[in-house]
Amino acid sequence: MSAKIVTVTSGKGGVGKTTAIASLGIALAARGQKVVCIDGDIGLRNLDVIMGLENRIVYDIVDIVEGRCRLRQAMIRDKRLPGLFLIPAAQTRDKMAVSPSDMIRLGDELREEVDWVLIDSPAGIERGFKNAIAPADRILVLTNPEISAVRDADRVIGILEAEEKGTPSLILNRVNYEMVKKQEMLSPEDVLDLLAIDLIGIVPEDKSVLIAANQGAPIALDKESRAGQAFRNIAGRLLGEDVPYMDLEEQGGLWKRISKLAGRG
Amino acid sequence: MSFFNRISGKKKSAQNAKERLQLVLTHDRTDMTPAALEALKDELIEVISRHIEIDPDAVNIDVAREGREQRLIADIPLKAKTRQRGR
Repeated sequence: MSAKIVTVTSGKGGVGKTTAIASLGIALAARGQKVVCIDGDIGLRNLDVIMGLENRIVYDIVDIVEGRCRLRQAMIRDKRLPGLFLIPAAQTRDKMAVSPSDMIRLGDELREEVDWVLIDSPAGIERGFKNAIAPADRILVLTNPEISAVRDADRVIGILEAEEKGTPSLILNRVNYEMVKKQEMLSPEDVLDLLAIDLIGIVPEDKSVLIAANQGAPIALDKESRAGQAFRNIAGRLLGEDVPYMDLEEQGGLWKRISKLAGRG
Repeated sequence: MSFFNRISGKKKSAQNAKERLQLVLTHDRTDMTPAALEALKDELIEVISRHIEIDPDAVNIDVAREGREQRLIADIPLKAKTRQRGR
């Protein structure tokens, strides 16, 4: 096995990185892939509660790095899907407990164990972010159509380019089509034009994301949810499939334009 | 802007956000503030004026975006010399 290591990052906090990692993990595992999700937010761990695995933590990433446990002991197995694992962040340490080279070593070890390593980057552009991007083969920048989130995403893209991490792909999260239609929200076209990187997914705003989080069941498990479908589509694209963009009837015209835009990258 | 917005004179907030972001991202990416650009313009005018006659008020300096690349565009109209020649 030789896993692909994918990091989701955003610059700004609260835009949906953890939700995205949990759902991409679920969606890839549901496709029969072996996946490990790593919470990179040491001191502010959250991926465990979003995945609903918070009661099963014994060891964490700092325990692995400092040699208190073996890698497999810190990999919490998800009970819903056989191929899904979580390596939680340490809650009582800070980000300096792990270095970028520790992350590269951990990534290399995991490459032999699974098909996918998904890393949830903390907000910001400091140590935790540097740790999260160090081992990545591919980076997904996630943003909302909010002016502050787009600005921070641009900054992160600039840093990734300067560090020769390659051009990342964009996940545009929490798009409210009613507001886009009324021209009260930046459209996916606007955001793509501003950031000028390739698109890998557009996730509509969806109340069921909060409900799913309340229940510790990542949104990709919800077959009815549009956001869940959007994340399953992104998982398909990560697997190299040419998944068409969702066609939301009431937004036909807009979606056709987006599909055309997405087709260029 | 749509026709309706143009005649009503009201800009929708998404358009406003996009225009503001365009400016902010240009400055973030180039680390060049509007003030720095203004200072650059003044110095450029000074240097060029030493060699050739220009109209300082007509000089236009801007940063243009092309994908993720930024380009400094200087538009410097030269003063016509014909009149002097005819004197």
